Amino acid sequence: MKKILLSGNDAIAKGAMDSGCRFYAGYPITPQNELTAYMGLHMPQEKGVFIQAESEVAAINMVFGASAAGALAMTSSSSPGISLKQEGISYIAGAELPAVIVNIMRGGPGLGNIWPAQSDYWQATRGGGHGDYHCLVLAPSSVQEAYDFMFKAFSLADQYRNPVMILGDGMLGQMMEPVSVLEAKNRKPSTENRAPKTWALTGCRGRNPNIVKSFYLHPGELEKFNLELQIKYTKIVKNEQQFESLYLDDAEIILVAYGTMARIVKDALKKLRLAGYKVGLIRPITLWPFPKNIFNSLTRKPVNSLTFLAIEMSYGQMVDDVSLAVNGRSPVEFIGRSGGGILSVGEIIKKVKSIVNK
Amino acid sequence: MKKLFSRTKSLRNISTHYCPGCGHGIAHRLVAEAIDELKVRQNTIGIAPVGCAVVAYDYWDFDCCEAAHGRALAVATAIKRVHPQKLVFTYQGDGDLAAIGTNETIHAANRGENLSVIFINNAVYGMTGGQMAPTTLAGQKTATTPLGRNTQTEGYPLKISEMLALLPGVKYVERVSLHSPLMVRKAKQAVLEAFRNQINGVGFSLVEILSPCPTYWQLSPVQSLKWIEEVMVKEFPIGRIK
Repeated sequence: MKKILLSGNDAIAKGAMDSGCRFYAGYPITPQNELTAYMGLHMPQEKGVFIQAESEVAAINMVFGASAAGALAMTSSSSPGISLKQEGISYIAGAELPAVIVNIMRGGPGLGNIWPAQSDYWQATRGGGHGDYHCLVLAPSSVQEAYDFMFKAFSLADQYRNPVMILGDGMLGQMMEPVSVLEAKNRKPSTENRAPKTWALTGCRGRNPNIVKSFYLHPGELEKFNLELQIKYTKIVKNEQQFESLYLDDAEIILVAYGTMARIVKDALKKLRLAGYKVGLIRPITLWPFPKNIFNSLTRKPVNSLTFLAIEMSYGQMVDDVSLAVNGRSPVEFIGRSGGGILSVGEIIKKVKSIVNK
Repeated sequence: MKKLFSRTKSLRNISTHYCPGCGHGIAHRLVAEAIDELKVRQNTIGIAPVGCAVVAYDYWDFDCCEAAHGRALAVATAIKRVHPQKLVFTYQGDGDLAAIGTNETIHAANRGENLSVIFINNAVYGMTGGQMAPTTLAGQKTATTPLGRNTQTEGYPLKISEMLALLPGVKYVERVSLHSPLMVRKAKQAVLEAFRNQINGVGFSLVEILSPCPTYWQLSPVQSLKWIEEVMVKEFPIGRIK
């Protein structure tokens, strides 16, 4: 391990390459351009494929093709561009192809702005495109995690043959932090120890032809396939929930936040604890599957002895999952800002105090 | 005894879903025969379109990939970059290649991707019920131009092959037709040339095939072939464009 200074965007790109990704297609959009530029420089040096596509639509379909051909493939973009990719992501899920999609979120709707936001949560966790499917969604909260999660993302994508989304935001993408990175001799491709991709398109020498498709026309075929997908998703929900928690044992108010927002919430939490407030934190790391088990385990009586406070850079999206997980056992409160507005430590503390003094 | 003729190996021994008189069956076979003649069946990856030929992979007997409507050349670009030694081709209709996929088509061509494109032009959307295609002729009646294509409001038949031929990355463009046995044989030569070009590393090659759609032209199969010969070729002249 050695430490280097990286921006979030560079860390994601380097993490992808260090975990064995050798195919990248992307289209310029702020605030993720450093990621594409990193790939443009480094991918050819490692004999990988870099393509600046003609559109976000073309880029995601290139990822579809590369993955069908057996490559570890990824693309990246920011909110409006991710909307354009949704058709392709749905096809990737439908064809059961492994792929990684990075969304460095900015303000929306529409062209919005280029400031950090978390308002694509619903799109990321509910499928986003057409059809009954899910992406696994990982939310890094630091530049170190941005690097580390790429290994996990490619590994999960291969394991489940499913698209995996990294959901960051403009602040994470742009800020620089020291990052421990794997030295070349210690890197292992994420495909190591995995089943060979017998389904990939490589030419049918010595085997029957492979077909990569998501089309099931005959009556009953698609329903059967969709049920198989559901079995896979059930397994993912059971096995892959990840979160970080602080002070859950004695907390009377549990703050729930992910990604960049969780960094700010942690500062507020520290100050509140010092002032004697019994606050705790749940930071979802996987947004889909949402870490609902930890919420289930926090049942207390009477119900109002515990309050959850969802804190987001949106006007309330993740809070839906918190409410579903809490399922009426405790009150769920919300505070958020959107469109590039970012809650300050002071605003969070004020909200917590208002709940306590209710 | 010397075997002079046998079933095309790259075609599966099953019947297709195509309408009577449709050109897709012939075009599929030309592709399959060319692949067999070049002895590259086990080294080929085909990309099927969205449209009538959506399940072309059920008829061909080699590795195949689906692509979203219009995206075949983006998918093909990636597959070829990952496997430069494989023969990678797309098989696309006029709506797929020249309407919804125009962007992917032009940019794959402009990058000079070493790919082969089989472009089926039947001047209509078949799969969805005979709507106007970018290649629908002026005055031609379709489901969405019931009075005939009006060039004042619906524009002109798009000559995408001529457009692509302007790009330096494009090395070979030829328009062929299926309206007679002679034309079918010439079409086969064009398909072979497009594949040979790729194998020899020449670059982007496209064969546009004028293909009958009796169902949505509301003509008999024989009348359809005559319509290509007498009407369609006037708008889409046959021959080598580049």
